Amino acid sequence: MSVSPEQVRHIAKLARIAMSDEELERLVPELNNILGWVEQLEEVNTDGVEPLTAVVPNQLRLREDKVTDGDCRDDVLANAPVAEHGFFTVPKVIE
Amino acid sequence: MADASAPFRIRGETGEWEVVVGLEVHAQITATASKLFSGAATAFGAEPNTQVSLIDAAMPGMLPVPNKECIRQAVRTGMALEAKINRWSRFDRKNYFYADLPQGYQISQLFHPLVGEGEVEILLDEKDESSAKRVGIERIHVEQDAGKLIHDQHPTMSYVDLNRAGVALMEIVSRPDMRSPAEAGAYLRKLRAILRYVGSCDGNMEEGSMRADVNVSVRKPGGELGTRTETKNVNSVRFVMQVVEYEARRQVGVLEEGGSVAQETRLFDPDRGTTRTLRSKEDAHDYRYFPDPDLLPLELDDSFIDECRSSLPELPDAKRKRYEGHGVTPYNASVLTAEVETARWFDGLLGAGAQAPQAANWVVAEMFGALNRLGKGIEESPISPAQAAELLGLVADGTISGTIAKQVLEIMLETGEGAADIVEKHGLRQTSDTGAIDAEIDKILAANADKVAEYKSGKQQLFGFFVGQTMKAMQGRANPQLVNERLRAKLD
Amino acid sequence: MSDLTSLSIAELREGFRSGEFTAREVAEQYNAAAAAARSLNAYTVETPEDALASAEAADKARGSDALGSLAGIPLGIKDLFATRGVDTTAGSRILKDFKPPYESTVTANLRKAGAGMLGKLNMDEFAMGSSNETSAYGPVISPWRRKDGGNAPLAPGGSSGGSSTAVAAGIAPGATGTDTGGSIRQPAAFTGICGIKPTYGRCSRWGIVSFASSLDQAGPMARTVRDCAILLEAMAGFDPKDSTSLDLPVPNWESGLSSDLKGKRVGIPKEYRIDGVPDDINVLWDRGIELLRDAGADIVEISLPHTKYALPTYYIIAPAEASSNLARYDGVRYGARAESEGGLDAMYAATRAEGFGAEVKRRIMIGTYVLSAGFYDAYFTKAQRVRSLIKRDFEQAFEKCDLILTPTAPSAAFALGDKSADPIAMYLNDVFAVPASLAGLPAMSVPGGLDSDGLPLGLQLIGRELDEQSVLNAGLAIEERAGFDAKPKRWW
Repeated sequence: MSVSPEQVRHIAKLARIAMSDEELERLVPELNNILGWVEQLEEVNTDGVEPLTAVVPNQLRLREDKVTDGDCRDDVLANAPVAEHGFFTVPKVIE
Repeated sequence: MADASAPFRIRGETGEWEVVVGLEVHAQITATASKLFSGAATAFGAEPNTQVSLIDAAMPGMLPVPNKECIRQAVRTGMALEAKINRWSRFDRKNYFYADLPQGYQISQLFHPLVGEGEVEILLDEKDESSAKRVGIERIHVEQDAGKLIHDQHPTMSYVDLNRAGVALMEIVSRPDMRSPAEAGAYLRKLRAILRYVGSCDGNMEEGSMRADVNVSVRKPGGELGTRTETKNVNSVRFVMQVVEYEARRQVGVLEEGGSVAQETRLFDPDRGTTRTLRSKEDAHDYRYFPDPDLLPLELDDSFIDECRSSLPELPDAKRKRYEGHGVTPYNASVLTAEVETARWFDGLLGAGAQAPQAANWVVAEMFGALNRLGKGIEESPISPAQAAELLGLVADGTISGTIAKQVLEIMLETGEGAADIVEKHGLRQTSDTGAIDAEIDKILAANADKVAEYKSGKQQLFGFFVGQTMKAMQGRANPQLVNERLRAKLD
Repeated sequence: MSDLTSLSIAELREGFRSGEFTAREVAEQYNAAAAAARSLNAYTVETPEDALASAEAADKARGSDALGSLAGIPLGIKDLFATRGVDTTAGSRILKDFKPPYESTVTANLRKAGAGMLGKLNMDEFAMGSSNETSAYGPVISPWRRKDGGNAPLAPGGSSGGSSTAVAAGIAPGATGTDTGGSIRQPAAFTGICGIKPTYGRCSRWGIVSFASSLDQAGPMARTVRDCAILLEAMAGFDPKDSTSLDLPVPNWESGLSSDLKGKRVGIPKEYRIDGVPDDINVLWDRGIELLRDAGADIVEISLPHTKYALPTYYIIAPAEASSNLARYDGVRYGARAESEGGLDAMYAATRAEGFGAEVKRRIMIGTYVLSAGFYDAYFTKAQRVRSLIKRDFEQAFEKCDLILTPTAPSAAFALGDKSADPIAMYLNDVFAVPASLAGLPAMSVPGGLDSDGLPLGLQLIGRELDEQSVLNAGLAIEERAGFDAKPKRWW
């Protein structure tokens, strides 16, 4: 299975990474190379094998419903590139 | 057909169309103090970004830990919707980019939700038990809510508040079983009532604790399912019904002109009452769901499940049937069980000794009116169930008439005094003194000889006039039953 | 004053506690050594004041019961660990100047044990790499040079290349690393030091910038096996903030050290003998077998049939998880934000294009693709099934043996730039390391000897889940018998 330039452009859009046409052109064979290599998994018979859900046996712990966090706006905003009046800001979104 | 009148149809030029509706309701779990995967608070209305942990802000290296109470409330909700609880379920990541989604993914449950199939009974006509219909629930899962964007504070920037990011949501997905705006409205109202009975969600649609995505398609009756559209984030029952109506008509219009309905996501404009395209199918997100590797599968044991079940209160349908069993009319029973606060109050009234059928009539006819006038909800009622029971007791044992009871109620609401005290203080005991009643009746009949003649010659309606006059002359304190009896005796 | 920078952590601990030298002297010497070694580009940020402050505290507390296990020991911290108030970049431009308001659990544990911080160590960007050439802050240069006198700068391995270089060059007595697909073991092998990746879940991932959640594990890198045991004991432990953390007590690995392997069976997997690997590697492997036999172990041949599929499995799962974990780097809440025309999506796309390097972008693209609609089952689910088989291979092998011995890497250190042209050539570096990562098993690299170029080669021990002790013990057995005392000749 190989990817077309159109598909690569679509993936870049899904991943929100801007790419020039020449970058995209370079990526197509690179990705095809890697995808062709990982495709050897098709050789493996996995009938009746469950996908791995837990790497090492363990149990999901549930925590008590208590307010133990938050109320730290300064920390939350400390590294924001652009913050105003207690909000993060982003280029305007039109809905 | 369930509805008393004909099934809902849209009449088009090529014939009649049927509407198929499914609802996906997002209900915030308002019963918990903290969020689904972080310990930040969930209360509505806080200053921006003050209820945000570093986990909610998706700082590098942050990890989710699930809140037991959120899971418990979702399980209880599933049980109240007669649904299958899945002891093994899993969290998946739903990946997309938006400014209100700090992680760049939402932790949700796609492949293995916490709750499976269930159903809700709705009553389209509260007076008609045969108008009942069952709407199927496909599944319920828990997931994170997103933050909030504010667009109108700045000309070129939108503001991001993450207080809501990470709050627990239950996504309740119905089967596409509804066939009209009325059914959609009835379903949503019933679902909301059940959630409020369970206590998992306060159902406050204005504040956003509950909102619906409305899926609508149309078809010729008996035909194949049509292409559906999804209208997102509708936040009132009335709007949901408007969306169903508008979308159905819009789709019929498109189809009758030979076009086809585009499978797309739409937004409702409440000012115009219309919907418009938000996202076409081509722009549709590819969410790339996969199991969240920061979490393990969720496994619930017997004791957890048992505790959830035993913690459930009596639910609306069971309560309604119990009231009907006590002689309350179906209509009254429906009205009294529609809101959990009302039902609780009424249960208190019964517990204080009131007779169910009379108490029901009185609450519906008198109490609601009084509360409306005061602009209060029943949970803010100035009189308690015990006080109301006392008043009703005085009517039941003949101390006062129903008419006088209305007066007493007014005084109780004004002064907060007890019914018996008021009756004594204002001398409102009704007279069952036959002699006094007879004397008054005689005076009235004598003073209205012409009307007596008219009555005797056939004008039966005048009986009410005589009753009224007698009651007036006795300042309402005559026992109405006796008045009736004595008048009949004298006239007939 | 003797050269304290040539001492192991165990020796520093001994000397400090006995009063032979002060913690301050240790810190000062290491600070000076780090400052004099800037041409290696191992440290992205030097924090000499931090090392001194911890040293002072240690000197004050010396002799008291309150002395932590690492009092007086300054360490290098891989820049993937969040360190409060100190730049944490993960080797990326997108986190330039990011100063976390929080501390990772692992480094907090080290601090609680009394350790100080010499600085943050350079690394492959977002831990994606095997040569430390993908860092946005320049490559790290290995302190080792080939004995051919050619002076070609060599790769120190990756992604923990700064960590391996610092320890090998004597500018940190020990360092933290992380290992997702070999990123502790391979750089340890390339630079002739010890490094261990513990069982998945031993060390908390909270506060470590996440690359591939189901594979990432923190671990120590140091000069001796004993030092690794000392550091790992301090780093490991249950963390309720990490849902994948193991709720088990930390064993006393240091006091449990024993190089007597009588009764232990060491498995030699035939699938790890592959074509194209230099003879030196296989010769060393055979030598390793002899050393372990000499320590009392029985040697058995075993089979891990799905070995050759481990790398492609890894290169589906790790990029998939990474593509989702790196979605949060969007310029909204922290890190760099690019200038852009257009709205939100344009800002995201420009920020991530500018902020991520080529290898990171490649892996995000692969990861996005294998999770996308239509490909999820064929790639991601398939890889997870093969992963189950790889884990099963180990489970079955461990019925026949208690430990597995393999070479760590398929070559010695290569020159910078040698493998940059072909990503797959770079990925093949981890062919022996990746299987243990996929299975979550503890695995360690210890130096075994030099190759014909005079460059270090490592031997890998893999143990059962939770059996770090056996792995450390076998490592110790090799260390005691291999006679590896080579040190890089100082050229910086």
